[in-house]
Amino acid sequence: MALIKTSYGRRSFLKTSALAGGGMMLGFSWLATACESNQEETLTMPKEWFELNGFLKIGENGVVTIQSPNPEIGQNVKTSMPMIVAEELDIDWKNVIVEQAPLNTALFVRQLAGGSQSIRQGWTGLRMAGATARHMLKEAAAQAWQVPVDEVTTEAGVLHHKNSGKSAGYGEMASAAAKIAVPEEVKLKEVKDFKIIGTSRKNVDGPKIVTGQPLFGLDYKREGMLIAMIVHPPAFGMKLKSVDDSAARAMPGIKDVFTINTYNEDYGRQWCDTDAFNELVVVAGNTTWEVMNAKKALKIEWEAAPEQNIAVAGFTGESKDVKIPAGLENTSDHVAKMAEMGAKLAKVVRRDGDPETAFKNAAQVIERSYTAPFLAHSTMEPMNFFAHVTADKAELVGPIQTPEFMEKSVAARLGMPVEKIDIQMTRQGGGFGRRLYGHFVVEAAVISQKMNAPIKLVYTREDDITFGNYRPAYHATYRAAFDANKNLIAFHVRAGGIPESPLAANRFPAGALDNYLAEDWAVESNISVGAFRAPRSNFIAGAEQAFLDEVAEVMGKDPIAFRLELLDRAAKKPVGTENDYEAARYAGVLELVREKSGWGKDQKGVHRGVSAYFCHNSYVAQVIDLVLEDGKPIVQKVHCAVDCGILVNPIAAINLSEGGIVDGIGHAMYSAMTFKNGTPEQTNFDKYRLIRHSEAPKAIEVHFVKNEIDPTGLGEPVNPPIIGALANALYKATGKRVYDQPFQAISQVLG
Amino acid sequence: MATFNLNINGKKQQVDVDPATPMLWVLREHLNLVGTKYGCGIAQCGACTIHLGDVAMRSCQLTVSQVGNQPITTIEGLSENGDHPVQKAWLEHDVAQCGYCQAGQIMNAAALLKANPNPSDAEIEAAMHGNICRCGTYTRIKTAIKTAAG
Ligand code: FES
Ligand code: FES
Repeated sequence: MALIKTSYGRRSFLKTSALAGGGMMLGFSWLATACESNQEETLTMPKEWFELNGFLKIGENGVVTIQSPNPEIGQNVKTSMPMIVAEELDIDWKNVIVEQAPLNTALFVRQLAGGSQSIRQGWTGLRMAGATARHMLKEAAAQAWQVPVDEVTTEAGVLHHKNSGKSAGYGEMASAAAKIAVPEEVKLKEVKDFKIIGTSRKNVDGPKIVTGQPLFGLDYKREGMLIAMIVHPPAFGMKLKSVDDSAARAMPGIKDVFTINTYNEDYGRQWCDTDAFNELVVVAGNTTWEVMNAKKALKIEWEAAPEQNIAVAGFTGESKDVKIPAGLENTSDHVAKMAEMGAKLAKVVRRDGDPETAFKNAAQVIERSYTAPFLAHSTMEPMNFFAHVTADKAELVGPIQTPEFMEKSVAARLGMPVEKIDIQMTRQGGGFGRRLYGHFVVEAAVISQKMNAPIKLVYTREDDITFGNYRPAYHATYRAAFDANKNLIAFHVRAGGIPESPLAANRFPAGALDNYLAEDWAVESNISVGAFRAPRSNFIAGAEQAFLDEVAEVMGKDPIAFRLELLDRAAKKPVGTENDYEAARYAGVLELVREKSGWGKDQKGVHRGVSAYFCHNSYVAQVIDLVLEDGKPIVQKVHCAVDCGILVNPIAAINLSEGGIVDGIGHAMYSAMTFKNGTPEQTNFDKYRLIRHSEAPKAIEVHFVKNEIDPTGLGEPVNPPIIGALANALYKATGKRVYDQPFQAISQVLG
Repeated sequence: MATFNLNINGKKQQVDVDPATPMLWVLREHLNLVGTKYGCGIAQCGACTIHLGDVAMRSCQLTVSQVGNQPITTIEGLSENGDHPVQKAWLEHDVAQCGYCQAGQIMNAAALLKANPNPSDAEIEAAMHGNICRCGTYTRIKTAIKTAAG
């Protein structure tokens, strides 16, 4: 890669460089509150900062501050994104201070944590930010030294001119560089010249995390701040009827009790405005403990909620009506309904060849159904947000994955222009998709406006779990047809869920089979759902990969060899044109995991399962080694192969991959949200089971395919396939196939 | 309301609160020590772990009136300069993902190592059972505990 046009994001570049050209300097006092105080080596702060563009500023002493634009939810972008800027700037990482950027849609592109897209979509812009600044520094040096700019080189924050022997630190040239015009195009580094990208850099917030410094939304505090909590209906399908707050009001520390409507009725909702309960009771007071107690003293009557039709704009803006039925739902009815739907013809989404005839003429057909329950995101930090709304502006601080969108929601609700809404992002105690849906940001704003005071809205764990935007409940039925020689001649998937289908009809094995049929269906529900780490894939990958294992078994083939044969077919003679994967890269991760796991060599007492999947632009294959101890399945080791293009920060990528694996095994084995008469039967971690230390794999090895493809994401793709590997290993260990999540039933039976 | 004299991280502190207030909230909201985290409030997650004397305790279950004159250590007071062997091991292995559970994990691990300087894998798993990490950093936590044990 040589030259790139800087026009991408130019808006922001021009804007800030104009400021910088006017001699924009940011004083020391401002920095004192914002700087990272716990760098490995304590940096000497500069007296002056020179802003070269929206992403970075350089001090006269050579210290560089890089803004990390995207929300940090544990995926480590706060370290990895600035590394990309630092690489192209060509600076020593030791001299870098990282700051969380505020929401600024004029400066940054896509300040959103979701879809494993931060690095992928940030890549070019981040490189450009670093390269542009480096170019401006070179120009400044060339002018000062009266030499051609092409003869100026850089190395780790120092500018050199070889012929004259001149050199200068970035800090010395920063003031002049800030006045240089933004170049029309800049040169990016060759991948082989990377010095920071591809090397392990530790979490920039690590020292603060291990010493308990305030970082998270729940830690945020402001002078005169009140604590607010909400009470929502106890069941989906209910709404508020009346409140008797007389006892609660009289309790110590309580300032007010009132009700709010989060969104106005005529408001056109965005996709991230999902909230099952729009009318809430609010208790506000001095401290969390006092407010928690007052909540319990409220006497509230609830009543059945009517059916609703809500217009919701999707991610790309098109609006559609979402029907929220009335009634109190039960998990037992859901299970029966899903089985019923899975047994009848649904909407055909893709048909290749003539699958119906192939099935009719088959010598053998196998059919299997897979299910999974609703899941609660259960981020360790419950939902919360700070708001201070005054007559002319709204200040909001806290953990949110979609600040760009929520800014609009808040503006609409408060009747203020978007420019008056200021959203600052704290570090976030987990996201997993839950914090895409920021009704709690709007709630906080409405409460602050009503109280005319700074407030922090805090959800209890119970509020958090029972007011979810859950992972939907899913169901998938797979069928495979074989001829008399056990050749696979047709493949059929019918998948659906409450209230959405997990089907991805154009993913593997579509494209590898002459006769292929995919159908989907959905059943309405008033239980609110949302994206949950690797939406849809988090179920369908496991189902599909477990089914392929059975298909390989019928054919008497090794499960890896079988998949590679299909992928070979898809690469050489693909069926259809819509196939949503690159067969060669898919095969690549399977080959890598086969090699690294020593696949094919049997170890006594070790039961192995394999799985591979492509989603969120990255390819992942995994092998689980499972042993039985006293009849209990123990995951002894996970071998994982990943192709996510260029690896930015290996230590963080491995950590995130380990997390995706533990998360996948945990939810598949132990977690379920169930409902009785609309009421969640799990309200806290006593009944809502999350994986614990002793249940985690004993070891995880992660290997990355080396290539020079632009990086893709990691937060999600490592998670879905592990469920298939687990199911396949459990079968090897126990001789029994598992179809219904959570699988823990099998360990109870065996234990 | 009642007045309590507490010994926290080696400092005398006085608070005027409802005697039933859990130490979790006394620390977070009255003493501004927010390193101790709220995760569940029912002794199920370990995010709120502190030391009462040398023993790891769930501060969401310990009321201020139960403390008496026993010294309390929080994550902020585990070491002067963030250099307790457990904290150092956590940084060495870059354990944190979101980081929210880690103060509780560190406090629990530090108490474990005090009581048992060389725990086996099974002992680590048993002692850490009450500390949930939703991000799934369990394997790293175990490695870090072993490093800290030396
Ligand atoms: S908050 Fe105390 S154990 Fe969860
Ligand atoms: S690091 Fe996120 S909960 Fe443990």
